[in-house]
Amino acid sequence: MKQTGLGHHFASRLLSLVPTLLMLITIAFFLIRVAPGGPFDTEKPLPQEIRANLDAKYHLDEPLLQQYFRYMGQIVTLDFGPSYQYKDWTVNELIASGFPASLAIGGTAMLLAFVMGTLIGVIAAIRQNTAVDYSIMGMAMMGISIPNFVVAPLLILVLAVYAGWLPAGGWEWSFRHMLLPVITLALPVIAYIARLTRGSMIEVLHSNYIRTARAKGLPERIVLGRHAMKPALLPVISYMGPATAGLITGSVVIERIYSIPGLGSYFVQGALNRDYTLVMGVVIFYGVIIILMNFIVDMLYAWLNPKIRFDEG
Amino acid sequence: MARMKMAGDALANDPFAAAFATQDIQGRSLWIDAWHRLLKNRAAVASGSTMFLMVLAVVFGPMLSPWAPDFTDWEHTASPPSLVNGHWFGTDAVGRDILVRTLEGGRISLLVGLVATLVSLVIGVSYGSVAGYYGGVTDRMMMRIVDIIYALPFMFFVILLMVVFGRHIILIFVAIGAVNWLDMARIVRGQTLGLKNTEFVEAAQACGVSDKAIIVRHIVPNLLGVVMVYVTLTIPHVILVESFLSFLGLGVQEPMSSWGALVNDGAQDMESSPWTLIFPATFLAVTLYCFNYIGDGMRDALDPKDRV
Repeated sequence: MKQTGLGHHFASRLLSLVPTLLMLITIAFFLIRVAPGGPFDTEKPLPQEIRANLDAKYHLDEPLLQQYFRYMGQIVTLDFGPSYQYKDWTVNELIASGFPASLAIGGTAMLLAFVMGTLIGVIAAIRQNTAVDYSIMGMAMMGISIPNFVVAPLLILVLAVYAGWLPAGGWEWSFRHMLLPVITLALPVIAYIARLTRGSMIEVLHSNYIRTARAKGLPERIVLGRHAMKPALLPVISYMGPATAGLITGSVVIERIYSIPGLGSYFVQGALNRDYTLVMGVVIFYGVIIILMNFIVDMLYAWLNPKIRFDEG
Repeated sequence: MARMKMAGDALANDPFAAAFATQDIQGRSLWIDAWHRLLKNRAAVASGSTMFLMVLAVVFGPMLSPWAPDFTDWEHTASPPSLVNGHWFGTDAVGRDILVRTLEGGRISLLVGLVATLVSLVIGVSYGSVAGYYGGVTDRMMMRIVDIIYALPFMFFVILLMVVFGRHIILIFVAIGAVNWLDMARIVRGQTLGLKNTEFVEAAQACGVSDKAIIVRHIVPNLLGVVMVYVTLTIPHVILVESFLSFLGLGVQEPMSSWGALVNDGAQDMESSPWTLIFPATFLAVTLYCFNYIGDGMRDALDPKDRV
């Protein structure tokens, strides 16, 4: 019964992805097209004929609606078209060249945030209303409040410029180069997850079945690890969707500060250069990741949470 | 809940008198109650006092300073903080006083925080209360739209907006406010759903009060507690978004400045003159920190059952 219910839930959620995706692409498309100024507006205006040829080549001379449907048709085949600014590059190639670095940093940060955040949160919950709890929560509040574009320069200043332990920026596939960006990116997420975990853990620890488990004489380790942990993690699981969005947004800034050639830096550059196809490519690419992540998290949550039954469905 | 019940009972006897009398008393006692609880929260009180001083400093500080924010003191360029030359926070590479620039930037940052929050407040409350009050198909359609927008990477849209329409300050208010109303709409709708079945709303309906008047006069005032909490939590978020944009060079433009823009400037020169980074960064961080604590405190005070 539960299985078919879950399947039904899965199907209906999967269907609802379609309007979301459609809206994402549509907004991105029209928003950037109503912009005054185009990709070929240079300081010195191009000669008429060249301009007309360029416009024709990229179909910019067609009516907007026609361009829109052309773009939609193209997207279905997963082709984001050529970049306007980086000549000889397609947007797909640019995404493929920028994404690995972004993924490495974002993925590691996510993992770090999950492990550290839950660990710290559980410790604070066990020591509720003690000095340990207060100092952890105070620090977590700091982690949430202080933006990562403030943390990043300060870390560089202290650890790289003054102490000289780590490189101040640049990109190599090495631990030393990834450490600072990953930490900066993970900090606010660690803080948020710690707060969530603490809150739900405290609630769970007050529930009857935990009292039963303790009354049975189970060791505290088992009570926490086996009985309390799973329900306490549910809010954290559902936060993983927004966390992904936050990490991606944060990476735009982080990549700029540490001069990492990732997707985020392409996005900012593309936006400033009005490189329509590149900007839309990145927005859609990241949008799809966020939407998919929300979907996965939603499914995971439904699957893990015994309170959600789909019998009616 | 108990309070609401009492209000309902009184209304059953004399709806008109009760609508005015009980609402007044109920509102006041709720607020005073919450106020006392808030005053017991030391973190919130300390944060509130700090923010009060911050607002005073930001509003009046630039008037008292001997330096204008765009004045370039060529005798003291890139001067470290010093009491001797009168630049307490030092100067930047072209000799502008960091203290007065930080205060001046704070005006913009706090202003954006307030105005953009107001924008999201107006949209969110009207959207949420209408959806919640009418319910049914209207509600489902309206909330479905919110769900869809919610799934979009809206930070990217704000960036796009800034690029597309230029970096005008009004646009910053609207753009940030326009993407931040979703949470507000959801919260307000949830509360409205609970409120619309209460006796005092029923009484108003029985008296033939129009839907619009019921929403404005009876529903919205009863949402204020929750809305206030959420407003306090939205302000730091909005300030953060603005700083984020300004840091990327997409926010306010010279000669105007905000904390985000100053942090960006400071980060460029931090190796030679770290004070240009540290002071604006501290002001920004302290403000966000305090607002978050005030918001937390208000949530505990006004809505004790829903704490994270």
